[in-house]
Amino acid sequence: MEDLKLELKNNIIELLNLEDVNVDEIKDDDSLFGDGLGLDSIDALELIVMLDKDYGIRLTDPKEGKKIFESIEIMAAYITEHRTK
Amino acid sequence: MGNYYINGISCISAQESSDNELGLQNFVALTENVVPLQKPDYKKYIKPTMIRRMSVGVKMGVVASSIALQEANVEMPEAIITGSGMGCLRDSEKFLKNIIDNEEQFLTPTAFIQSTHNTVGAQIALGLGCKAYNVTYVHDATSFETSLLDAMMMFEEGEQNVLVGGVDEIGPYTTDLHKLVGHVKEEETLKNSLLKSKTKGAIYSEGSQFFVLGDKKKDNCYAQLKDVVIYNKLEQNEVAQKLEVFLKDNNLTISDIDVVVLGLNGDVDYDSYYTTLQNTLLANTTQVYYKHFSGEYNTASAFGMWTACTLIKSQKVPKNIQLNEIESGSIKNVVLYNQYRGENHSFVLLKSC
Repeated sequence: MEDLKLELKNNIIELLNLEDVNVDEIKDDDSLFGDGLGLDSIDALELIVMLDKDYGIRLTDPKEGKKIFESIEIMAAYITEHRTK
Repeated sequence: MGNYYINGISCISAQESSDNELGLQNFVALTENVVPLQKPDYKKYIKPTMIRRMSVGVKMGVVASSIALQEANVEMPEAIITGSGMGCLRDSEKFLKNIIDNEEQFLTPTAFIQSTHNTVGAQIALGLGCKAYNVTYVHDATSFETSLLDAMMMFEEGEQNVLVGGVDEIGPYTTDLHKLVGHVKEEETLKNSLLKSKTKGAIYSEGSQFFVLGDKKKDNCYAQLKDVVIYNKLEQNEVAQKLEVFLKDNNLTISDIDVVVLGLNGDVDYDSYYTTLQNTLLANTTQVYYKHFSGEYNTASAFGMWTACTLIKSQKVPKNIQLNEIESGSIKNVVLYNQYRGENHSFVLLKSC
């Protein structure tokens, strides 16, 4: 699980071009949207594609993303439970 | 025809050119065959939340427009007109590569959103909150001049301040294709100066230059834009005659021109368009060039206009751009001539203000 969290942090930084953010600065329970990392709806779409491409998880309802992408902790737990690759 | 005063200018390029006060004094001739821009301090001009999603072309366009608007003391232009030969090339390449790599699945929105030619103009407008006329012209080496023509027409509609500029960025894959077909110089040929290389192709680079045109002269005015004309195709022996007609249309002859700014790029196959003029009609005129500093890109002629503006304002011709020994007195009328690979020719006339 710890490896997966680190992988997610690295992927998010690279995918979303968070130039000034280091892996150490993202805490597992930090909010990814709003006051935390400040991600927005376009980022959410990027994350949905990442789930599908990297972990074989296809979200049929984009609203599900709101809960899944709440923090790295929650994302990692969801991926561990639902991943198909 | 009305008066169009150039009240603000800016230049982001392969040189340290973002400070207009410094002019061309610290410029260094390019010695590689593909040269990226010198990055300005983007964070000084763009919010951190916006910057991470912007491609190089968008960033330099937004910064260049900010500098020009600031210099002209204009907060909100009545039109934003952008010229770009290739648009946001890097994101276009990225998006197309994703389509191929991922077998047309898993396509993400960011590169797609930013892959269009008009992304730069749109992002400038978003940053300013400007809902005015916003058009991007895509026409190879005359993209910028086409934008100038439209800007002039906007003044006929009664607008007071128009932001007009050019932007083009290097796309690695596209540049590789240009290398394959010989449009880019072989690196080792650049040990000599650009014009002495006597080889095919040009130095490829990128940049963005913006200008604020106003219907009234401001204290900071650089020059007046008097006229622009574009020809898609010209034979070499037609250029001098077309230039004379252009000048005549503006009640001038070649003896009235103090400086001519030429788009020589060192391509042995096409520089003869310029040298023919240099040796005949322009033989007694001060001649300057700029592509040893800017490199070649579809809107490099906007770098030429930025150069012309600095010459007129400073009333000096730096030695590092002069092609002949003829000294100009006061610099009143400046004409620019550019073409790329024998096509898309343009003449631009500037006058001191």
